[in-house]
Amino acid sequence: MSTITEYPTAVGEAGAERREWPETMMPNRDPNRTKTVEIDSHSINFGPQHPAAHGVLRLILEMDGEVVERADPHIGLLHRGTEKLIEYKTYMQALPYFDRLDYVSPMCQEHTFALATEKLLGITAPERAQWIRTLFAEITRVLNHLLNITTYALDVGALTPSLWGFEEREKLMEFHEAASGARLHANYFRPGGVAKDLPAGLEEKIAAWAETFPKFIDDVATLLTGNRIWKQRTVDIGIMSPEMALAWGFSGPSLRASGVPWDLRRSQPYDKYAEVDFQVAVTRNGDCYDRYIVRMEEMRESVKIIKQCLAKMKPGPVKVQDRKFTPPKRAEMKRSMEALIHHFKLYTEGYHVPAGATYTATESPKGEFGVYLVSDGTNRPYRCKIRATGFSHLQAVEVMSRRHMLADAVAIIGSIDIVFGEVDR
Amino acid sequence: MADALDSAVSPVESLAHDVALIPGVSHVSVQLDELVVLTDLPSLLSVLTTLRDHESFAFDQMMDLCGVDWPERPLRFDVVYNLLSVALNHRVRVIVQTDAATPVPSIHQLWPCATWWEREAWDLFGILFSGQPDLRRILTDYGFDGHPLRKDFPLSGFVEVKYDEEQKRVVNVPVSLTQDFRSFDFISPWEGMVTLPGDEKAQAMRKAQAAPAKTSEAPTT
Repeated sequence: MSTITEYPTAVGEAGAERREWPETMMPNRDPNRTKTVEIDSHSINFGPQHPAAHGVLRLILEMDGEVVERADPHIGLLHRGTEKLIEYKTYMQALPYFDRLDYVSPMCQEHTFALATEKLLGITAPERAQWIRTLFAEITRVLNHLLNITTYALDVGALTPSLWGFEEREKLMEFHEAASGARLHANYFRPGGVAKDLPAGLEEKIAAWAETFPKFIDDVATLLTGNRIWKQRTVDIGIMSPEMALAWGFSGPSLRASGVPWDLRRSQPYDKYAEVDFQVAVTRNGDCYDRYIVRMEEMRESVKIIKQCLAKMKPGPVKVQDRKFTPPKRAEMKRSMEALIHHFKLYTEGYHVPAGATYTATESPKGEFGVYLVSDGTNRPYRCKIRATGFSHLQAVEVMSRRHMLADAVAIIGSIDIVFGEVDR
Repeated sequence: MADALDSAVSPVESLAHDVALIPGVSHVSVQLDELVVLTDLPSLLSVLTTLRDHESFAFDQMMDLCGVDWPERPLRFDVVYNLLSVALNHRVRVIVQTDAATPVPSIHQLWPCATWWEREAWDLFGILFSGQPDLRRILTDYGFDGHPLRKDFPLSGFVEVKYDEEQKRVVNVPVSLTQDFRSFDFISPWEGMVTLPGDEKAQAMRKAQAAPAKTSEAPTT
């Protein structure tokens, strides 16, 4: 089913000029570039059980006094072998693992896997399912940014935003629960649509919330945006230039904070993002403060998208009507023999996905979340590589925190929004 | 109008034509609207350098590097590079094959973020990268043995950790499963079982009918 076009290739010797990166962009590891000097150095073991480590980050910091000379993140303390487990599960069973990667933005991870599977299967979700997915991807984005901004502020010493933010998150998780039955591990976006339609009255509740939420963003902004202590801790800390951000594989808010206007929702739209009107927030300085500003603006844009989704959504089917891919209704199963067979086959064997490979990426709240899915034509993925957003961001902590104070390293870790479920997989 | 649209070359196809002209590229194809480029180990660095620095490609980001294990092949590993151009809004997938002993040239000089992805490929697959100064394990435990994402590595692993009361520390012990590892073969018997019991004669007749048809088809394909 996959159409493969071939192209003739040139044969010959290769020899292109290579552009070298400036020294400041590379890790300080080349023996020819480093010089030996006597300093009063010592190393600090930051984490893995540190409240500001956002999970289980073990950071080996080589210090010169209170200045960070070298930061070496040790990750993998939460490695659960998700990619290996997925190879032993059917496509339908593999989906819930994506909730458990970045447990702060579960539905956005499901979105990528659902889109990748749909691409291999050659099916498209119906209109309403695409609107629901766009709606909940944005709700999840707000959910994620709320946790990031408030705990980031908590790391830097501001307690109030986190107390306020968790209350607001609770309202959003109720929407998750109403739609999927679970507050966190939703398992809601499926290849071919969503698990079930929204319950009656939920759209009105979300609309009412969307009216009140911008006021909440304003309240948090009054606490932080102009706050002198907050600015002293974040402005000009951990600066990433646009070139550096690109070379270190940054994406999402962290890339946009460095002045690169890049958003997959805009440049490579999926589902209904091409039909909604929103602005891409971009700032210039690439420091910790700008990464905070970008996330605040993104929440406002998300509310705009949520309102448009609610306005444009029409009743209709929420999953592909081909029973080879999506299960039949429970009531239908009680009467129809064929529906019963379909149900049984789907929940034991699952569907067979045509052989092929795809790299599908979406704009998750943290940045580009990609899935490289290789199918060999059976009912299980042959290989499912998860491109974790935070993996690239965390790697750059070394260059970002060099010659910064120890306390700045905490602000930097907070500002790049890492969650270890995703980084460690 | 419709004809003009049909004959127009899509962006990914025109990119494919350009990429095919890079020296060292051995195969270019478009699969599911995604550009896939095959190359070999000696020309990998120059191909990737051209993709990054040439103005018509400008792949300024290396989004993902991963291994794929095909144990039945002589060169068992695929190393897959997913590149993204933020400037020109296109993607390419570069694939190079290697085995467990032949190192792949490291690309951390081209994209510094490749270091961790290469460490991950080394950790999970045992793919070696030459010129990579920091090829430590990254995701598995300190002192872990083996490469878990290889197809011949069992899902349950070889060791499990437990707290040893006598030694007063956490120790590695051989894994013991209280229940056998269950791997169901879900491939349907209606499709998998070609000869049904008692149906051998009909199957032999079907085979005899299919055989001449196949030979007549062969020259055309």
